[in-house]
Amino acid sequence: MGKLLSWIGWLLVAVAGAGAFAWLALSRGEQVSAAWLVTAAVCTYLIAYRFYSKFIASKIFALDANRKTPAERLNDGRDYVPTNRWVVFGHHFAAIAGPGPLVGPTLAAQFGFLPGMIWILVGVALGGAVQDFVILASSVRRNGKSLGQMAKDEIGPVAGFTALIAVLGIMIVLIAVLALVVVNALSESPWGVVTVGLTVPIALLMGGYLKWIRPHRVLEATAMGLVLLIVALYVGRAVAANPELAPMFTMNRKSLAILIMGYGFLASVLPVWLLLAPRDYLSAFVKLGVVFALALGILVVLPPLQMPALTRFVDGTGPVFAGKLFPFAFITIACGAISGFHALVSSGTTPKLLEREPDARMIGYGGMLLESMVAMMALIAACVLSPGVFFAINAPAGAIGTTAASAAEAIRNWGFVLQPEEIQTLARNVGEASLLSRTGGAPSLAVGMAHIFSNVLGGSTAMALWYHFAIMFEALFILTTLDAGTRVGRFMLQDLGKHLWEPFGRTSWYPAILLSSAIFVAMWGHFLYQGVIDPLGGINSLWPLFGIANQLLATVALCVGTTVIIKTGKQRYAWVTLLPLAWLAIVTMSAAYTKIFSPDPRLGFLAHASLFAQQVAQGVPPKGVKTLADASRIIWNDRVDAAVAAFFALSVLVILADSAKEWWSVVRGTKPAVSSEVPFEGRVAVAGD
Amino acid sequence: MRTLTPSSAIDHRPSSLQARLERVLRVIRSIIGAPDYDRYVAHMESHHPGCAVMSRDEFMRQRLESRYSRPGSRCC
Repeated sequence: MGKLLSWIGWLLVAVAGAGAFAWLALSRGEQVSAAWLVTAAVCTYLIAYRFYSKFIASKIFALDANRKTPAERLNDGRDYVPTNRWVVFGHHFAAIAGPGPLVGPTLAAQFGFLPGMIWILVGVALGGAVQDFVILASSVRRNGKSLGQMAKDEIGPVAGFTALIAVLGIMIVLIAVLALVVVNALSESPWGVVTVGLTVPIALLMGGYLKWIRPHRVLEATAMGLVLLIVALYVGRAVAANPELAPMFTMNRKSLAILIMGYGFLASVLPVWLLLAPRDYLSAFVKLGVVFALALGILVVLPPLQMPALTRFVDGTGPVFAGKLFPFAFITIACGAISGFHALVSSGTTPKLLEREPDARMIGYGGMLLESMVAMMALIAACVLSPGVFFAINAPAGAIGTTAASAAEAIRNWGFVLQPEEIQTLARNVGEASLLSRTGGAPSLAVGMAHIFSNVLGGSTAMALWYHFAIMFEALFILTTLDAGTRVGRFMLQDLGKHLWEPFGRTSWYPAILLSSAIFVAMWGHFLYQGVIDPLGGINSLWPLFGIANQLLATVALCVGTTVIIKTGKQRYAWVTLLPLAWLAIVTMSAAYTKIFSPDPRLGFLAHASLFAQQVAQGVPPKGVKTLADASRIIWNDRVDAAVAAFFALSVLVILADSAKEWWSVVRGTKPAVSSEVPFEGRVAVAGD
Repeated sequence: MRTLTPSSAIDHRPSSLQARLERVLRVIRSIIGAPDYDRYVAHMESHHPGCAVMSRDEFMRQRLESRYSRPGSRCC
């Protein structure tokens, strides 16, 4: 009887989810409530978790609560520590949730809400959550080995080395594009610059407090930091309102880019207790808090979506980023649907903390479902804006001009409505001089969040505070990825470079630290600066590169997962990872091919370079470019971008070929299917368990 | 017989309000990723009695250094 009831319950969930999907897909013309998106998402997550993750847990891995986890076997009180699963869940989620799921869906809203929504939900259930779970479970069975190590051990040294270089390449592109998002959000905004800038001295203050005043009282310092963040928000407002101070903190994109590079360098060379660790505590708090608040806000307000289900830009003519729905929607939204970067977390700290094997299901699969929920909220926040406002904020100046009138004109030509006064009033309400062409996704997400939050609390008078709170939250998020990433990148460079010159690898020798940090900052700084001088805004070319890179890492992770499954004798279930792998291979290869070879200069790096080269040869600077020297630099950058995309595509092919070779020899029987799992060790039954 | 879970290091008397508060704070600390020195000491005492135990300062420095030297502690 109980079983019957449970089946009826799950049937209802399935029907509700399918109904919400159908309603959303068939809606045309009329406004749709966000409630439908929330329903579709929650039902998908419930079904996927209950059935698909259980299938993977029991059929593929046979997760066993009586099998000792590495945390138990290798418990050292430091890295390996058996930890309550809810604590691990929180820690894992705080580590995987970054700015990615916020920015990607916002940008992809140019296609309408439907493509993003379908990809986020289907992608996470069959791809992203599977990847995180499979890598976590595999790592748990192998003493918490890292992804790179597993690639080397399971597939081969070629795959291992490619994975290593791929991770480095991804870090460079990721940091550059995230820095560009911050630069675009803070340019010409004294309020934003002051508020975000103050987060650095706040972190230093916390670091000093933890070192000298009240050593190791982390929560005290964090509470103090949170209060100071709020103060920073008001200080920013006061500065922006002051006619003498405001111009001093009004910065253009070039100076901001240089400041951020300086910050990255400092974060890499300063001791971690002074800057990185306190920032991280703050960021984790703010992250979890805002995610819950946003979910709550959306549930309370249930705002209507102004964006249509599909826009005309599915044909590839969109202003936010170039390219058709396929493959670019699947590249633009990586985090939230499937993100290769998570494989590094799932094979990093998390597997060393699991108390019981079956916890891997909730933490790996469930954690990714929660991140997908964040992506859905970002999508909703973007789609509650009217399409006119959305495109005015997210389209580069090259497409809509620099005045409210020219923007309204351009947007009318695309078939959307925007009154020039509308965008000016909105800018005034959020306390900014202008909202036109604030590309990168952060400002439009902040407007969307301010819209939702001010509906709950404070009304339109609080709009400006909410907007800058959201900007601060996103910048805090991004800068903690940027500073920690720069430091990790520095270590990776040192590790590679020591084979050429031994002293370069000494991680506590200051000349080597300074040199390697400078090299790594210069690497991402190059891409950042290129984005800053790009007349199309930079996000246009950098975000797709980041997407390709992230999906490349997912390809590595799924290849490792497939190899593990085949070698443990579960060939008949290999489709679980092969399915998302095949899709990702198709998506990354076609996106990389298009970005390199498309004859359309808006899309193809090489076509763009040759168009500019022609114009330079005629002695005329291209539209939107000031000098011929700038144009030559852009041509060079295009070619670098093409080379980077080609490198990523080549890496995908190498990994695929190397893995396929391995699978083939195991399936044919020329190579024995030897599992590299640590042998079973049973838990001793303990009283009170 | 007690299991050697991290919570074994702290007071288990359910009646004590302070102990409960301490447990909540401990959970928050571990979610935001602050190193847990007490847990380390408890582990050393129960598993490696007689071995040298790092001081609090040393432990904290060593934990943070290792956390920020490898990819995978942070995501996009």
